[in-house]
Amino acid sequence: MSIKSTTRLLFLFSISLFYRTSSFAQLKDELGAIHGNFQIDAANYQKDTIIGADPGSEVFRYNAFGNINYQKGGFSAGVRFESYNPPLLGYLPGYKGSGVPYRFARYQHKDIDITVGNFYEQFGSGITLRSYENRGLLYDNALDGMRVIFTPKKGITLKGLVGKQRTYFSLSPGIVRGVDGELNVMELFDSILGNSKTKVILGGSFVSKYQEDQNPSLVLPQNVATGAGRLTVIRGGFNFNAEYAYKANDPSYQNKYSYREGKAIIASTSYGTDGFSMMLSGKMLDNMSFRSDRDAQNTIDMINYQPDFSKFHTYSLMAYYPYATQANGEVGGTAEIQYKVKKGTLLGGKYGMDITINGSAYYALDTIGIAPINDTLRNFKYTTNYSNVGNEYYHDFNIEITKKLSKKLKFTVMYANQFLNQSIVQFNTPDKEEHPDITSHIGVLDVTYRYKTGSAIRIETQGFFGKYDYKEHALDANGNKNITNNTGSWMSGLIEWTPSTHWSITVADQYNYNNPVIAKRVHYYYGMIGYVNGPTRVSVSYGRQRQGIFCAGGVCRFVPASSGLTISISSSF
Amino acid sequence: MKKLLILSSAIILSLSAFTTGDGDKIPSASVKKLDGSSTNSNTFKNDGKPMIISFWATWCKPCKKELDAINEEYAELVKETGVKLIAISIDDARSSGKVVTDVKVKGWTYEVYIDENQDFKRAMNVNNVPHTFLVDGNGNIVWSHNSYAEGDEEKLFENVRKLAKGEKLSH
Repeated sequence: MSIKSTTRLLFLFSISLFYRTSSFAQLKDELGAIHGNFQIDAANYQKDTIIGADPGSEVFRYNAFGNINYQKGGFSAGVRFESYNPPLLGYLPGYKGSGVPYRFARYQHKDIDITVGNFYEQFGSGITLRSYENRGLLYDNALDGMRVIFTPKKGITLKGLVGKQRTYFSLSPGIVRGVDGELNVMELFDSILGNSKTKVILGGSFVSKYQEDQNPSLVLPQNVATGAGRLTVIRGGFNFNAEYAYKANDPSYQNKYSYREGKAIIASTSYGTDGFSMMLSGKMLDNMSFRSDRDAQNTIDMINYQPDFSKFHTYSLMAYYPYATQANGEVGGTAEIQYKVKKGTLLGGKYGMDITINGSAYYALDTIGIAPINDTLRNFKYTTNYSNVGNEYYHDFNIEITKKLSKKLKFTVMYANQFLNQSIVQFNTPDKEEHPDITSHIGVLDVTYRYKTGSAIRIETQGFFGKYDYKEHALDANGNKNITNNTGSWMSGLIEWTPSTHWSITVADQYNYNNPVIAKRVHYYYGMIGYVNGPTRVSVSYGRQRQGIFCAGGVCRFVPASSGLTISISSSF
Repeated sequence: MKKLLILSSAIILSLSAFTTGDGDKIPSASVKKLDGSSTNSNTFKNDGKPMIISFWATWCKPCKKELDAINEEYAELVKETGVKLIAISIDDARSSGKVVTDVKVKGWTYEVYIDENQDFKRAMNVNNVPHTFLVDGNGNIVWSHNSYAEGDEEKLFENVRKLAKGEKLSH
């Protein structure tokens, strides 16, 4: 951050703080409220040849942002300052620089809600439109334009918007326009159906994008439309959701400029009662990638969101080979059962026991003709046989048991069996020589001991036992077994000590104990000290981060190995 | 290194000046009830008694630990102080279907809303979950806490009891 921008940021914060001092308390009700938050993650990297970490010449990097919002009654306005000079390793390098990419003014009064400037919005499950931010992942496709939400009658919500999407510190070349309507049937016919235990919600959306055709060799559609209809039924603990979407032909970098239309069906149903729940989600996505710039890559300029129902793992080795929705198409589903064994039973003991069983399986579409991934000649067309599925992309079957043994001691034990078609899912290539299929067994034991009020020790151990399948190309040119991208199995251990509710100290190690290349059997050690006071959190950490794949927003990106010192601060006011 | 110095001094300066809980009202944003209908956050109320507003997500382990820990004493605390806990899930389309099943299976009796578009999260300036707020009987936000460590709920209970008696809070 340059001195100038630091000063500017400090100045802004000082004004808002001065304004918030108690002498202004009486005035505040008349003048409105100012609030905000900020977060800074800074790292000083070092070269670490053993793990292949090389930050280049830019060893100091940071991601920082600060929001300042003003609200008075139905009026609100805000700005976000962001700075990356350059961004931390593993984030899209296009984010380099500083600026104010987000500012808005919004007015809500009775049945109308108008926003000008930047905004985030989602229609239904997001399959036609979702502008969304996740600051930790640096995923931000905010729209810059105008949005109107109109509620003419209780039970009816109408939305209309137009804008351009954020692309790093500028805007996408395409224009996005959309409308959405939602009808809550029971609220609308309140007098007749108001007492009904069953709730029915209907919705529909239409989104179109415009981008000039500047391609010298292809005639590309400049306007591309997509539409969807959805239904929700809720009764007591029962929930059902379904959405169908259609997209007109939309040649793009993602689908190798195929002129095929897109289709999607997404459905999920769940039932929950005291101590028991089950959930089933399924989807069929066929060529539904939708971006405001047809040539965009990574997580840039995505207009819609193709949902991913696979379990979001929080234990690191469970998430070693994660899955992400395949943008060109896939079919599959996820099921989950949760059961709470009652207190006072043999298994439940004094405090009960929680069991979660979760399973996912996702497959390629069964395409006839040449699928986009193999379409080097750009045949532009293929057909899908919806009565069958193609190759397996991913599966994950896991069981998690959590039990409290006493007021002081509790544990979680978890097992997972996973399969990943890595070449297609993470690297978008049919090459199995470089990127073999991986089958793994993963185990976790996590024990927390609360030795006095506000003080605890948590110990976590994990094991990842992987099998890398090289059957298609078992030997390289010299007759040696090909071991590219085979890191073998891993073990990890972590101790987290919370001496008081303000402080925490963590030490961890991940050991690649049977990497086929003996020189790569190394320890990835890591240590962190964290401090929390009210809304403020500060942490300092030092250690090694292994290279890996990080998936977000339906796109996986490669995060290089790194080593160094990291400082992280966040607060709100 | 010079940059690091500038950055750290900027941070220390700003941190030393920050305080929370000077009593603003709950900002207005649209959130969804579990029955699919929409409501505005400025309608949250508890008849002059304190409220806890807790931001969580189905994929967030510490959040669920915190809500479980509160749940063990919740019935007693409600009886004693009249407090109400409002749990705001920030789950997006990937996992929002799990909110209702998690709530049911855990047996939470909290008032639960889904902030799928994260409008309320932005209006409350929440960076990361879990983030917990305390609202006094007059509807003013008077305390907040980010993250969860084992035993944090004790401090929360203490503050709820103080609020119910009309006393001032400290961090």
